Amino acid sequence: MFYRDAGQYKSSYAADRAVFPLREDRIGLAVILLVAFVAIPLFAGDFVIKTVMMPFLVFSLAAIGLNILTGYTGLISLGTAGFMGVGAYACYKLTTYFPGVNIIVWILASGFFSAAVGVLFGLPSLRIKGFYLAVATLAAQFFLQWCFIRIPWLYNYNTSGAIEVPTRTLFGVPITGATAAIEVRYLILLSAVVLMTWLASNLVHGRFGRMWMAVRDMDIAAELMGIRLLHTKLLAFAVSSFYAGVAGALLVFIWLGGAEAGDVFAIRQSFLILFMIIIGGLGSLVGSFMGAAFISALPTILKFGLPAMGIPIAGATAEHLNFMVIGALIIFFLIVEPHGLARLWQIAKQKLRIWPFPY
Amino acid sequence: MDVLYKIFIEPFALMGSAPDLLVQTVWEGLVAGVLYALIALGFVLIFKASGVFNFAQGIMVVFAALTLVGLHEKGVPAWLAVILALVVMFGLALTIERVVLRPLVNQPDIILFMATFGITYFLIGFGESVFGGNPKVMIADELYLPRGVTDVEMLGGRVSFQHLDVAAAIIASVMIAALAVFFQYTRIGRALRAVADSHKAALSVGISLNQIWVIVWFTAGVVALVTGIMWGARSDVSFALEVIALKALPVLILGGFTSIPGAIVGGLIIGVGEKIGEFYWGGLLGGGIETWLAYFIALAFLLFRPQGLFGEKIIERI
Amino acid sequence: MRAPDTPVIVKGEALLAVENVSLRFGGVKALTDVSFDIRKGEVRAIIGPNGAGKTSMLNCINGFYHPSEGRITFKGETRRRMRPFEAARGGIGRTFQNVALFKGMTTLDNIMAGRFLKMRSGFFWQLLRYGPAMREEVEHRRFVEDIIDFLQIQHIRKTPVGKLPYGLQKRVELGRALAMEPELLLLDEPMAGMNLEEKEDMSRFILDVNQQYGTTIALIEHDMGVVMDLSDRVVVLEYGRKIADGTPEEVKRDQRVIDAYLGVAH
Repeated sequence: MFYRDAGQYKSSYAADRAVFPLREDRIGLAVILLVAFVAIPLFAGDFVIKTVMMPFLVFSLAAIGLNILTGYTGLISLGTAGFMGVGAYACYKLTTYFPGVNIIVWILASGFFSAAVGVLFGLPSLRIKGFYLAVATLAAQFFLQWCFIRIPWLYNYNTSGAIEVPTRTLFGVPITGATAAIEVRYLILLSAVVLMTWLASNLVHGRFGRMWMAVRDMDIAAELMGIRLLHTKLLAFAVSSFYAGVAGALLVFIWLGGAEAGDVFAIRQSFLILFMIIIGGLGSLVGSFMGAAFISALPTILKFGLPAMGIPIAGATAEHLNFMVIGALIIFFLIVEPHGLARLWQIAKQKLRIWPFPY
Repeated sequence: MDVLYKIFIEPFALMGSAPDLLVQTVWEGLVAGVLYALIALGFVLIFKASGVFNFAQGIMVVFAALTLVGLHEKGVPAWLAVILALVVMFGLALTIERVVLRPLVNQPDIILFMATFGITYFLIGFGESVFGGNPKVMIADELYLPRGVTDVEMLGGRVSFQHLDVAAAIIASVMIAALAVFFQYTRIGRALRAVADSHKAALSVGISLNQIWVIVWFTAGVVALVTGIMWGARSDVSFALEVIALKALPVLILGGFTSIPGAIVGGLIIGVGEKIGEFYWGGLLGGGIETWLAYFIALAFLLFRPQGLFGEKIIERI
Repeated sequence: MRAPDTPVIVKGEALLAVENVSLRFGGVKALTDVSFDIRKGEVRAIIGPNGAGKTSMLNCINGFYHPSEGRITFKGETRRRMRPFEAARGGIGRTFQNVALFKGMTTLDNIMAGRFLKMRSGFFWQLLRYGPAMREEVEHRRFVEDIIDFLQIQHIRKTPVGKLPYGLQKRVELGRALAMEPELLLLDEPMAGMNLEEKEDMSRFILDVNQQYGTTIALIEHDMGVVMDLSDRVVVLEYGRKIADGTPEEVKRDQRVIDAYLGVAH
């Protein structure tokens, strides 16, 4: 009734190749952006922004990165958190040496460092495939994690052993550090995520996206189509790690502000991001957002939601419960819909399109 | 020059001048390697029979040990706790087959792989909810595991062997031999090998896949319990062992996912390589290189033999 | 009828020449001293009993396997160890015995993927999906739509190919190979597992491709009726050796071919 494609004719191939060919989808997207950019900073409290929205956005970006590698190119990686860390530490060193350059430039530039590291650890994908490669990416995770602890130069020899985020400004307004307002930080984060999602969407809908998916679905046929496997895989590693790196820099500089950046780049973080794209949907950008929303919201819901509903729960129990619920949900989702929330969303839209008729 | 000296000369000079230290390091490596090999072994069993890359094997080790110790803490005598732990592992195998494997049959490998992540997380949460998250001490004495040290004078020095480590090596060897016999000479073993070769063909001659899966996962559970006891006796029992349990993965890429001898030899290579690397070269890099060295050793091997140590050369067909 | 072991290479008009090619996997000999040529514009059939090495031959031609001995010359250029993507760049297209489509992608995207080598716009424009990237996308879409029309698969344009029936998948795969605008098209059992009607359609497409686009075609096929009707010349393999080479008529009368197919009376 309100979601129909009838009467919307496409008169050019360009219109047919559009990412959102339906008017209703475009309106929906506009509403979401409006809420995110205007309503949330105005009406949502600091708590919601800091513990719900910001982790959701940061992990969405990381999940998009991993989805490009795993969902689109078919290469499983267990080292996402490591690549995120590279971005964060690269950004820290850059802004330490060049404090005059705007921090936003450095946050985006830090992606190039993680991309380079990603390519380096992607090189074994020339010789090894599948699960063997997944295990090989653990090498990246553990090695990078070790570097973050054992190389004091990376954290400027701080006694805390962690990144201490300096105050940096944009047009005179502080955007990082202790004095930056949470709404400002949120808007910066949101803009970065929207921009990079748009770029990722362009990429996966074009020539490179097809190239990645071809390698994922049938690498031999792709090669006989003229696609060079190593180049394709390394490009996927580079783009994926770029996204992870920027997400890592945003995580430390914009969301956490450095103070609690202890083990945010540990192996469990890599697993969580992998879960996000499984539950959200492999090979789907929308799915990356859905999965990130789900996994990043779950601890908060269990910790604050249950007591609010009158079910008393201790902090440690909530944490144990969190593990159990995540584990059970992963299995549940894989059984019900192996293609994740994104596929459920697609089915729902399809049903809505022909509603009230069954088919 | 100084750095080159420290990398290429000094460690070897040390090995030569103090061979007893070298023997000690190798021995420690071998013991760690046996434990890695045991985790990898449980993994290989499952991969061979059901094609599932069981990420949860390491966690099953911790879970089994935790169940044993947890039950004993609650006042269950040690022998009964072992039996109950075995029952729990059987129940786990049954549940996994019923709840995870059966509904996911015929799904792509990656989906099953992800499902074992789910099992991993569930087991961590479940274990901590039931038995608490604090590290526990393995009931080594109650299980008649030997304590003490024998020092052997050799090579102009003294090498000490923990009795527990010797016991671990012996028990592991016995278990591996028993498994080999089981696979080679029993009816179930034959069925297992048939399933490993081809699910469809096995089905067509009347082998029940579901039954085989339960047996295999239970066998892996038994291996996990034994590994957990050995490991727990050397350190505490807690899910912090998870990261160490992941070390079984480089062992696997080294030995190949389907080769039991590969798992054993791979485990020993990784164990020894890691200890030697840490002891002789770790100081140069600031220590703690054990966390990643295993993966790099495995990767280095892979660059020359992509099919692993014991895998056959893969001929791709189209 | 020529003696089977002397190469039948006609200089000047050969698009591809296979000379004394042998292929070994460990102790197994898949191909032994095979020589033949494919002339520009012809339909060349490769036939033989199961396990004769036909698919291995195609794999050698497009660089997926490297011959242990002998050489393969394509467009006058001999390459020792050609890699598959180089073969594609040189203009060799291919379909597979067991359909090797990109299962998660739509028909349209599969055929668009076949245009990969023709697309040039850089990473930057792809990121913005604007300017040259969009122009190129539309231009190639037009070409792909022509192929879709030609193969009459308009109705499945946006269906993921994994969901299509086998016959249509084979057709999409042909479309994907055609999108490469190959000079030499290798078809590995294009009609395997098809019913009569589908076979007739496919035969028509193959002949049309050959005549309309002037594409040289090498095909493996088991259906003798189809082979005899479609091909200009036939090469027959048995146990990795060439046992006959010539026009369909010649081959049909060759005693060794009859023996290979019907067995020898002892």
